[in-house]
Amino acid sequence: MSAAADVIVVGGGPAGVAAAVELRRHGVSRVMLLDREPELGGATRHCGHSPFGMREFGRVYVGAAYGRRLAAEAARAGVDVRIAHSVVRLEAGGRLLVTSPRGVEDMAARRILIATGARETPRSARLISGDRPVGVITTGTLQSYVAFHGLMPFRRPVVIGSELVSLSAVLTCLVHRARPVAMLETAPYALVPMAFRWFPKLVGVSFHCGVQILDIRGAARVEEVSFRRADGMVETLACDGVLLTGGFTPEAALMRQSALGVDAGSAGPAIDQDGRSGDPRVFAGGNVLRAVETGGWAFREGRAVGAAIAEDLSRDDEPGEPVAVTFEAPVKLVVPSLLRRRGNATPAFHDFQLRFERRARGRLALELDGREVWATERSFMPERRILVPLPPAALSAERVRFRFRERT
Amino acid sequence: MLHTTTPPSPDLFDVAIIGAGVVGCAVARRFALEGARVVVIEKGSDLLSGASKANSAILHTGFDAPPGSLELELVKAGRAEYLAIRHRLGLPLVETGALVCAWNALEADKLEAIAAQGRDNGIDELRLLSGAEARATMPGLSGRLVAAVEVSGEHIIDPWSAPLAYLAQAVALGAVFLREAELIDGRFEGEWQLATSAGKVRASSVVNAAGLFGDIVDRRLGFTPEFTIRPRKGQFVVLDKAAFRHVPRIVLPVPTEITKGVVVCPTAFGNVLIGPTAEEQDDRERATVETETLQALLARGAEIVPALAGMPVTAVYAGLRPASEQKAYRIFSRPEQRAITLGGIRSTGLSAALGLAQYAMKLHAGFKLPAFAPVAEPDIALPNLAETRERDWQRPDHGEIVCHCELVTRREIEAALASSVPPGDYGGLRRRTRAGMGRCQGFYCNARLAEMTRGRLSTPLAVEEEKA
Repeated sequence: MSAAADVIVVGGGPAGVAAAVELRRHGVSRVMLLDREPELGGATRHCGHSPFGMREFGRVYVGAAYGRRLAAEAARAGVDVRIAHSVVRLEAGGRLLVTSPRGVEDMAARRILIATGARETPRSARLISGDRPVGVITTGTLQSYVAFHGLMPFRRPVVIGSELVSLSAVLTCLVHRARPVAMLETAPYALVPMAFRWFPKLVGVSFHCGVQILDIRGAARVEEVSFRRADGMVETLACDGVLLTGGFTPEAALMRQSALGVDAGSAGPAIDQDGRSGDPRVFAGGNVLRAVETGGWAFREGRAVGAAIAEDLSRDDEPGEPVAVTFEAPVKLVVPSLLRRRGNATPAFHDFQLRFERRARGRLALELDGREVWATERSFMPERRILVPLPPAALSAERVRFRFRERT
Repeated sequence: MLHTTTPPSPDLFDVAIIGAGVVGCAVARRFALEGARVVVIEKGSDLLSGASKANSAILHTGFDAPPGSLELELVKAGRAEYLAIRHRLGLPLVETGALVCAWNALEADKLEAIAAQGRDNGIDELRLLSGAEARATMPGLSGRLVAAVEVSGEHIIDPWSAPLAYLAQAVALGAVFLREAELIDGRFEGEWQLATSAGKVRASSVVNAAGLFGDIVDRRLGFTPEFTIRPRKGQFVVLDKAAFRHVPRIVLPVPTEITKGVVVCPTAFGNVLIGPTAEEQDDRERATVETETLQALLARGAEIVPALAGMPVTAVYAGLRPASEQKAYRIFSRPEQRAITLGGIRSTGLSAALGLAQYAMKLHAGFKLPAFAPVAEPDIALPNLAETRERDWQRPDHGEIVCHCELVTRREIEAALASSVPPGDYGGLRRRTRAGMGRCQGFYCNARLAEMTRGRLSTPLAVEEEKA
């Protein structure tokens, strides 16, 4: 079986829907949107605390309501939405292996857009020591328990992480009658320093940063967590769960398993200024590019990449080989990390998005063919968005490099 | 009661098997097929609650087993029976072959002897290869490879579906599977009176397949244990499916006296496994993972197959091997008390289990009890979890996918919950279906699984409402 479309969008979160709608708005006739869940919305479906939609729809939606608005937009725009469709493989030449309640089918399109979003890093990939009992989960899982099933996975969790989502996780706990025992951060500082000055006190949950998680104990369910504090003291907390918050990572398995692979920095697909990957038929947008931005950001990014795909479809020349943007630690990632000289007339990305892997103070500079064209000096926090204007000259440079000189 | 286990029968069982690890499950199957009335007594809430849940899933040839040993004989017998019955039971075989890799001249010097021992052990499919020749069969191997012995008969199987199939066959023939039934003590007075935490059990004979608790169970049965279990921990790292294409074969190190060493191999589920470590410990219950050790395993894996560097980790786990003070299996038969102990099955249990079951049957024949009447092998239906064969998601009308990372369908999960040997805990559900075992480790499906398994698992995923 083969279904042909002009564009197949994989992932029905804000980025995917925005792109699909934008493609239709640009007159692309056959736009198919695949999502593996029973409803559109992606991660916004379970996020009970964050409001969505203010900038894109001019009003605020919470949780599944935003997904329903996305579904309505897609339907109105004439997007062929297929829910419960899981893309199993991304193959060369714009082909997808898809499974749905009907079984397996091959699908082909002139362009593919990967918009599969991001998720939190689980306990296993964090290599945390200890037993492996029931009750060690991530914020997204907790929110799914609450939002979809009215269940709770624990009553007294230890919360690990100090990102914005960590605050949301603690609020979810409190609203649903779970009492976090403590909040722990392995970095020597809170990742959202301002909020962590008042938030732990406000909710009455102690916060320790610079800790090392030593052990999770529990034969069946979590019973206690031991950690070494920054002052060297070892503390053991009785608890019935561990809530891992943040540590987002792109859900880029399709790319990683394909010949395209992923970018070493972002762990998402490497794309150029139009959202185009190493394969000029495959595009990517939204949080799969870099973990993680807000739903609104992903929506706008999806819309821009959708427009870029529409323009790309009307071109009759090939965009050529890309130039890779280079950088070194502590810069963690740069998006876009590819630049094509013969890209679209209107690029989807007007800025480079950078992130640092740790807190660092120093001078960040952009060099084109060895010549500095932009610089700033300040301190940078991990997991924070840094925007650097993407100069048109970068598209014709042979070497594009971010340099960072650290001041100690 | 969470499980639909039949309560202990007041009737006399022909044989009580203590422990539902891979060995206990295989013994249950063998005795049930011979026509015995079987009861399996398991301390945990599911089968494979101890040593058998964590291994490297290799179906060994016995090429490196001690020459002339019972272990060698039983690995070969177990392997032969697995290969004979696997089609009927729907069990996979991933024909990878293995490379015993020498990474320096010192190790290379030992390869000749390894190959010679393999041939002495009756394994003919052995070849000494140069580093380049070995890499031609697996280009992902590091260029530092000096030489290797290829053992083409070493294969990968599904380490969880196999014992489940053995036990399911026994249950189909009327065997009773008692869970959360710890053996408290046993007395032999013409028949065995076994006191368990789930009630009393009477049996004519007893087989101790208690793995990590083998010596303790022997003592509780009133014997002076002939061996002491010395748990040996092994930690493993499982890499993302993207790693699979780099590791088409089992990569074995040149072994030391203590351990077969760290293995890099594919899994039947399309991942790559690195491990195990070999860490002596006293604790028989706790098998913790440790950050530094896991990091070291990852580093070791990337030394062996450079493309594994930076590959995301899907899962980590640790298991305890029931090693004893000797390398050999510790098998004892006590005909006067009609008791058999299958102890010290430290690391080849998965390969040898069916052979051990045959051997236990032979020992049992020495008890001079009336002969059983063998019965026909029952057909059982387990879902295929291996990537080498068709999975449910590939079938039309599979319904709905619940676990996206491992492509587990709702009906597979429902079938496991409704099966004759349903999962007793979340680990058991994972081992039966692979749900929650993928790269997101339940980020997307754990809440759904909590809903689907309400009231079904000994440790529920969701906690109950606290009483106000």
